[in-house]
Amino acid sequence: MTSTSVEPQLLLDDVTVGESLPALNYEVTATTVVLGALATRDWRPMHHDKDFAVERNGTQDIFLNTPNQAAWFERYLTDWTGPHGRLARVTFRMKSSVFPGDTMSLTGVVESTSVDDVGCGFVTVAVTLSVDGEVKTTCAARIALPLSADDNPWARRGDQWRPSP
Amino acid sequence: MTADVADALAEMRALIGVEQYQEIGEFPVERSYVWTSCASVENGNPLYWDDAVAEALTGGPVAPPSMVSVWFRPHHWAPGRTQEALPLQVHFDLKAALGLPEAVMTDDTIEFHTPVRMGDVLRTHQVLRSVSDEKTTKLGTGRFWVIDVVYANQDGELVAVESYTGFGYRRGEGSAS
Repeated sequence: MTSTSVEPQLLLDDVTVGESLPALNYEVTATTVVLGALATRDWRPMHHDKDFAVERNGTQDIFLNTPNQAAWFERYLTDWTGPHGRLARVTFRMKSSVFPGDTMSLTGVVESTSVDDVGCGFVTVAVTLSVDGEVKTTCAARIALPLSADDNPWARRGDQWRPSP
Repeated sequence: MTADVADALAEMRALIGVEQYQEIGEFPVERSYVWTSCASVENGNPLYWDDAVAEALTGGPVAPPSMVSVWFRPHHWAPGRTQEALPLQVHFDLKAALGLPEAVMTDDTIEFHTPVRMGDVLRTHQVLRSVSDEKTTKLGTGRFWVIDVVYANQDGELVAVESYTGFGYRRGEGSAS
């Protein structure tokens, strides 16, 4: 295949600590929950069987599973960074569940920018998934960004890639 | 706490730090499942949809990092399998041993190393890191535990380390054993 040059969507220098990422709002349906559960190969009934979720888990309905929320957070972050953004580390904290009928809102604030000892640029972003202003899940993400148009965090291997600070 | 639960707790805590359940993925990493995942969250990242972008940035298609645990969840059914296959077996061992019928995951940290490529067959093991004393939350009374899942590829390269915090519990008041 011929080599194609892909222009970065976002460079480390474009990012300011304290800036907000564009919000993403999404109406969750039973299909969203079931699709997410199957896409993450999570066959547990509380993610597709409402009776089970209510009677056994004591929740109001089926709810989004954790790995699918991870996929939502990743999508949210890479919508912002573009394809050069390389996820290094994420920490999720689930406070309460997201159900069909909820409109989930993903928002994010840049908490820090840095360049590590081997010259890789990183941002940390505090991402929040909320419904009607109530925080459901938080995600602290560290994601690598290129320093210049010809930099590519994905090209880093071995000791040149340090996902934890 | 009954003597049985105390024994079970001691038995579980003795496993802290021990590598358990070394497993090899049931199937190779495949692109169609990458698309299923991207479709479920409407992820249009061209890295996963545009071969030229994947070639330029990652030397060919890779899987979204957040999918790492997906490659390890067994099929719902497989020929000849007699027991229900459970991912994160240590979590279910804890529930069973400690007599906690319900459980939720509260925290999840994933550190991503070598990218996952199409055709990779991943391997994994689980390590129990801690089991808390009894605690009561709005869900019920039970215990928190932390389990690490370490993922590597067929060449032994570290792919990811995922650290789960689970809470196993009994529902309602006064039901703690």
